[in-house]
Amino acid sequence: MQPNINVVSLVSVGRHPQSGRARRAEQDGQAVELGLKLAGKALTVVHAGNAQEPVLRQYAGMGLPSLTVLAQESNCDALPVLVSFLKDKPIDVVLTGVRAESGESSGMLPYLLAEQLGWSLVPRVADIIGVQGDEVELLLALPRGQRRAVKVKLPIIASVDNAAQEARQTAFGPGLRAQFNVLTVESVVDESASRWQINAAKPRPKRLKVVKAKTAADRMKAATAKPMGSGGKIMKDETAAEKAQAIFDLLLEEKVVR
Amino acid sequence: MSHFSSEDSSLDSLLRRDPRTEWIARNRLHPLHSAVASTGQGEVRGPSGLLRRNPHVIGFIGPNGIKRIDRENLSSAGLNSKKRTDEAKQTQLPLQIVENPDGYIMVVADMIGGRLTSHDKDILGLAHQLVAESNRNTVVVLVCFGESKETQFDLAGVDRLIHLTADEFEGFAPEARVAALMQVEVQYQPERWLFPDSVHGGTDLACRLAAKLGERPVAQAWQVTASTTVSRGASSSQDILRETPRILMLMEECANAIEETRHQVLPMFVDGIEQTPPNLVDQGLIAVDANAVPLAEAEFILSAGNGIHNWDQFHATALALGATEGASRVAVDDGFMPRARQVGASGTWVTARVYLAVGISGAIQHMQGIGQCDKVVAINTDVGCDMVKRADLAVIADSEEVLAELSRLAEEYSSPKKRLSINEETKNQEEKSDAA
Ligand SMILES: Cc1cc2nc3c(=O)[nH]c(=O)nc-3n(C[C@H](O)[C@H](O)[C@H](O)COP(=O)(O)OP(=O)(O)OC[C@H]3O[C@@H](n4cnc5c(N)ncnc54)[C@H](O)[C@@H]3O)c2cc1C
Repeated sequence: MQPNINVVSLVSVGRHPQSGRARRAEQDGQAVELGLKLAGKALTVVHAGNAQEPVLRQYAGMGLPSLTVLAQESNCDALPVLVSFLKDKPIDVVLTGVRAESGESSGMLPYLLAEQLGWSLVPRVADIIGVQGDEVELLLALPRGQRRAVKVKLPIIASVDNAAQEARQTAFGPGLRAQFNVLTVESVVDESASRWQINAAKPRPKRLKVVKAKTAADRMKAATAKPMGSGGKIMKDETAAEKAQAIFDLLLEEKVVR
Repeated sequence: MSHFSSEDSSLDSLLRRDPRTEWIARNRLHPLHSAVASTGQGEVRGPSGLLRRNPHVIGFIGPNGIKRIDRENLSSAGLNSKKRTDEAKQTQLPLQIVENPDGYIMVVADMIGGRLTSHDKDILGLAHQLVAESNRNTVVVLVCFGESKETQFDLAGVDRLIHLTADEFEGFAPEARVAALMQVEVQYQPERWLFPDSVHGGTDLACRLAAKLGERPVAQAWQVTASTTVSRGASSSQDILRETPRILMLMEECANAIEETRHQVLPMFVDGIEQTPPNLVDQGLIAVDANAVPLAEAEFILSAGNGIHNWDQFHATALALGATEGASRVAVDDGFMPRARQVGASGTWVTARVYLAVGISGAIQHMQGIGQCDKVVAINTDVGCDMVKRADLAVIADSEEVLAELSRLAEEYSSPKKRLSINEETKNQEEKSDAA
């Protein structure tokens, strides 16, 4: 736990991938988890939307004494109310998920917040290592399980990747007992989104492997042949050291050996 | 067969007919018929001047007295002639030339490992679809950062290329990259910006640019025309249909890659990129335990088969190289490796960029598992095995010797790095780290 830093986690209503029911969003849960690790009970958790939403109790059940709700309709834009809430507050770190599980899921919210507040944005955080002075050191999750360390000046907005620590279980009782601070805010309807047509997702067509061969013999070959490379280099008579060197050079060139 | 392949060139030259040989060639009962037919050049023209094929002269009599038709040209130095036809095909692709363009579509590529990914190529294909729809003189511009090893930009559909190679774009530098894109925006005012919606940096750059420009982008787009776009929303459970915005993040397989044309790849330049010192300071990649990375996602796999006899040495080499360990089924069945490490049809399908197969023969069940690997390196004692045929680099040697040399090289390579002073070390790491 880091002393004296103000952490805010933003949470939304998730969607279960199989049943489609509302649930605690996975990455938002991880953002709360990371926030609890950083700030403990001092963590502020904010939701912009319906204060009566039962899913919010699942977040509260992670051990939050209270939860802040900026009450607005579901067709409203969360950005302006969040900006006016976060602005002029002594906040150091804002944690969000990478992409929401409901709505447009564009992943733009953290970027727009960062742009409008003038803070730095750190994408896909796996862990926060520590805070020294006004700098924070974070671990970013890269594809293929790699990690990158990054140093940033506070305040920051960080989106939390699935590689971060899993969210703890929620407890039903404490969730019910948690205090909800409902703030009434002036909200703006998302006009352009109301013009969209939204349908249930159609399955995407799989790409077919079309063989563009001119002759029947070529087509037959393409259908039956084993996957073969383009016929690479074969080293036979060199010494073992030379052969190993050739392999090692290839590994260096591909940058897989660091 | 050979006389058929020379048809094209002889058609160009002046046609001289010799009615007598033609007549002999047609008349199978003529005493000179076999001599004329076997000379081969007698391309036979019928009375109307049409080219005639004589099915009786195709093929040859095999050793067992049965007539054989060699359609794949395997007997006549197969590999050489095939390569030549491949090259001929490539040069035949028509070159598309666009002069004095009046609009630009920018495609910002991920370029993992310095090469266009299939995702990048699909997006270039989509960009050309959009150009074709608009009926204007628009060019497709590829914007890429850092070192490039790609040699086939022209075949992927790149009309113009903006290649930014300065030091500040190396490693993890989203802010510097966005600053460059902002300058591109000012200088060229592109019609559209297309990004791959990927974890390799495409999404991040697109979102940053959209936030800076104050435009609403579309994410996870998969059906795009010049007027409307269908994108996935609500964790891929909904399709959202809307007007096509100017900034798009596109899913994989959103369109077909360019296949039938070549493009110019003319360089374009961006000047006066304003760089402010970045807020995000890259501290380099962190060493992760290679064996903790899931096998299916691992970037570099050292895989062991029945040809490994010294298992301690194999594990030590994997550790020294920082490679994730894999195995063939035989190695797993014999109890040397856990089942979770098996690569292949009944194991894991891997996506490694480099797959180093030691003592693996390359059975089809194993090959299926490594279909998506970019570079395959084989170490094997048998030149004729399938793994050597598939490999980009094959080494014919005893596995134990080569692995010993490899771990020695790896240790030599890593030990001077440790001795570097601290400031040099961070610089070095930046160089080594891939554009993420
Ligand atoms: C239904 C089914 C599913 C299967 N699924 C899989 C699967 O998912 N994955 C899989 O891997 N297999 C699978 N198999 C097994 C597969 O068919 C092969 O038997 C297996 O892949 C062979 O493993 P190998 O290449 O390690 O062994 P081998 O075929 O024995 O090859 C050993 C190789 O090592 C070389 N060698 C020997 N000594 C040395 C040395 N000292 N130095 C260097 N090289 C040496 C040899 O030249 C040879 O090429 C499956 C089989 C079946 C029937």
